[in-house]
Amino acid sequence: MADKKTNNCPEKDSRRDFLKQSTLYTALALTPVTVLKAADKKVDERFAALFEKIPLTLNVNGSKHALSIEPRVTLLDLLREELQLTGTKKGCDHGQCGACTVHVDGVRVNSCLSLAVMNEGKSITTIEGLATGDTLHPMQAAFIKHDGFQCGYCTPGQIMSAVACVREGHAKSKADIREYMSGNICRCGAYPNIVDAIEEVQKSGGTV
Amino acid sequence: MKNSLLKDDTDRVDGIDKVTGKAKYFAEYQLPGITYGVLVPSTITKGTITGIDSKAAERAPGVLAVVSHLNRPEVKGYEASNTKPVPNGTLKIFYTDKIAFNGQPVAMVVADTYERAVYAAALVKVSYNKEIHATDFDENISKAKPPRNPSSAFYVRGEAEAYKNSAVTIEQEYILPTETHNPMELHGMLAHWDTENRVTVYAKTQGVKATQNTISSTFMIPMENVQVNSEFVGGGFGMALRTWPVEIAVVMAAKKVKRPVKLVITRDQMFTLVGHRPHAWQKIGLGADQDGVLKGITHHAIGQTSSYEDFTENIVNMTKFMYKSPNVNTSYKILPLDVGTPIWMRGPGEATGAFALESAMDEMAHALKMDPIAFRLKNYAETDPEKNRPFSSKYVDEAYKLGADKLGWSKRKNEPRQNKEGQWLVGYGMSTGVFSAGRGKATVRGVWYADGRLLLQSASSDIGPGTGTGMVQVAHGVLGVPVNKITFELGDSSLPPAPSQGGSATMSTVGSAVHDACTALKNNLAELAANSGMSVTDPIAEILKKNNLPSIEVTKESSPGNDQSKYSMYSFSIHFVEVKVHELTGVVKVSKIVSVGDSGKIVSPKTARSQMVGGAVGGIGMALTEESVIDHRYGKFINNNFADYHVPVNADVPDIDVIFINKPDPYTNPMGAKGMGEIALIGFSAAVANAVFNATGKRIRTLPITPDKILS
Repeated sequence: MADKKTNNCPEKDSRRDFLKQSTLYTALALTPVTVLKAADKKVDERFAALFEKIPLTLNVNGSKHALSIEPRVTLLDLLREELQLTGTKKGCDHGQCGACTVHVDGVRVNSCLSLAVMNEGKSITTIEGLATGDTLHPMQAAFIKHDGFQCGYCTPGQIMSAVACVREGHAKSKADIREYMSGNICRCGAYPNIVDAIEEVQKSGGTV
Repeated sequence: MKNSLLKDDTDRVDGIDKVTGKAKYFAEYQLPGITYGVLVPSTITKGTITGIDSKAAERAPGVLAVVSHLNRPEVKGYEASNTKPVPNGTLKIFYTDKIAFNGQPVAMVVADTYERAVYAAALVKVSYNKEIHATDFDENISKAKPPRNPSSAFYVRGEAEAYKNSAVTIEQEYILPTETHNPMELHGMLAHWDTENRVTVYAKTQGVKATQNTISSTFMIPMENVQVNSEFVGGGFGMALRTWPVEIAVVMAAKKVKRPVKLVITRDQMFTLVGHRPHAWQKIGLGADQDGVLKGITHHAIGQTSSYEDFTENIVNMTKFMYKSPNVNTSYKILPLDVGTPIWMRGPGEATGAFALESAMDEMAHALKMDPIAFRLKNYAETDPEKNRPFSSKYVDEAYKLGADKLGWSKRKNEPRQNKEGQWLVGYGMSTGVFSAGRGKATVRGVWYADGRLLLQSASSDIGPGTGTGMVQVAHGVLGVPVNKITFELGDSSLPPAPSQGGSATMSTVGSAVHDACTALKNNLAELAANSGMSVTDPIAEILKKNNLPSIEVTKESSPGNDQSKYSMYSFSIHFVEVKVHELTGVVKVSKIVSVGDSGKIVSPKTARSQMVGGAVGGIGMALTEESVIDHRYGKFINNNFADYHVPVNADVPDIDVIFINKPDPYTNPMGAKGMGEIALIGFSAAVANAVFNATGKRIRTLPITPDKILS
């Protein structure tokens, strides 16, 4: 492996070459600190890392978080890797499976498709925020009763989606439930049980 | 055991953990100083690496290492195995410059954050010397060869190819494309070397002992120096039955950077790095007399494997014993292609074989103008015609009747295209599935505390069926301890040994050990009671107090007895479906499902039903949508994501009726149970194909049954 300290070869990255060849003062005046950092490898990396991050305020499960994160971090990775809220699952990173479903200001969202910084000031609810203390949310209880899962990996996303589905008014028939829950894949194949759980919660008429 | 177990609707013991997000899967453990691995996959399919330029990646912020064959740490098992096959015959990762399949990892970038690792991996430039690859099954089929260990796949009973001499014959070819397991949890590993010689891993595995063994033999460190943790596994369906090369790469990288390394592979890598159900070609010949008595069955199969490993599965097994034909012959070959090695996928080869055999049975019934159930009953095997011995239990005839009644089979007309609802043609189909009801050896430690709590431990796994829930119910059946006072610990390699969770054998194997351990505890308590002048019906707290004991403990190994050689032990399933086929678009909807399980005594009714339901759902995918497509110009999977590889979603699945025969098998194990993970799926795709034929008159012999095939 090359030694970082002794390697002074010029960067081949075209953007960096461009920056170096541009009029230095113009570049300095117009270029954000983050890019300057990339242009000058002598900048201490720990110092530079601070400038790559930007501030973000989020309300997650009722707690306010003042964070500093890179703009490329997804909401999903922020929840799992930074906030240790690992109930929200990673299944595809492409918005195709629904395992990462959370509520953003009450709306169900695939958190893998949302950059964390896009959620400034918003309220996020994850599976960890659904129960009230030791009292399960009715949807969680219904999933247990109807065995709406096997391996459990898609379950938090299913439940977050199911709660939203009822709130949206899309759970009034089995056909509706099946349609509006089709963004959440369950490879173990618990779908009929999931439909039963949602139907029961919907019919109970309580607040979800 | 308790009576009327089917009335028991015990919830899953880990239900609360799973619905609250508390259940932790391998990637969710936080270790201090954790780092993130991201793979650099090969962009060619066959050839050699001529150079890896990792300078830019190494200079990128936060990067700790770019591990490749150029700089990997010493892996003693790889060096030692130079003259013989590598551990488990697998590919040695980062070992040479050779590329054996598209997507093979060439390097792993390790960085201090996930995002930095992803970015740096994109900076690694790899150059190759490309060679001509072979990934097209049809084009290369003439290169199929017998496996190195042909086992029992070459089989003749009576006369070979005898079907050709019968009054009525069927001879057809059936194709199954490559399918990908795609459990929802992405594969990977989290590894940390505690010392130079001791490693702890958090794994996604169907066998913690198997993972422990592979890491131990690959790195040539003692078994006890490898700790494998895998409490929750987000589905497997067979793909986590082996320790894949990428897992070894993580252990290797952790050794290099001397910090914990976590790798979570991407969904597209799930298609290349962790196996698949192999593409298979089959030819079935059936011969019968005019009365529908089978005179000959011939079944030839060719399954795909990789260029570097012989992967085999039991595609032709069922054909040997399911029906009582006097003449049966089977053969099985493998075709090496430039792809990753396959791995057993739910219902492994049997699901592939059952599609062909049970489709052919339906074709023959039609040729004979017989009802498909009547035809099967005419050739019903009361005893095992392959091994000439009794079945331990078989209630398939009863299952046919129960399923037919539930579905409304009487609505079915033997001639196709007779039922129509608006623009939808309606058809009915059925099929049979079968899988070995095997039992292995396992050890369980049981501790019964004075306060009544019962702790059971075994290094078993739970990929979803509900192992803990089932074991708790076995223990409850023996000791009567309330289920909420029983804990079953699994997924930890330091616990007493148990085999991997595969082949539908966990209930039979580990359940028997739980049964035996609990029986021993019961006997020990009775002895203590007698010795202290008490009755076994006295509270355990008092018996133990009198004996000055905080608890009683046993460790019990349990093995199958001789009955396995006296009886043929199989689980059976019968699947009934109603399909609707749209006349104009060729769209197929499975509108009703009845699955009947002949799998002995049902120990855990709620989870057992869910498993049957899940198998049927998997069967819908196998029948109608699943196919991993390679662009042979590049040797690369092109539908390697959930938008293009269609697994069933909620809207594809109707209500599913599950019926269990629920009669204990007298010989399989003390519970009288037989496994059901595989039979839940095996045969299902044939039931759909048969129903599609009944609806449309069109016989589809190449899965999946997509609209283009129906309209063509």
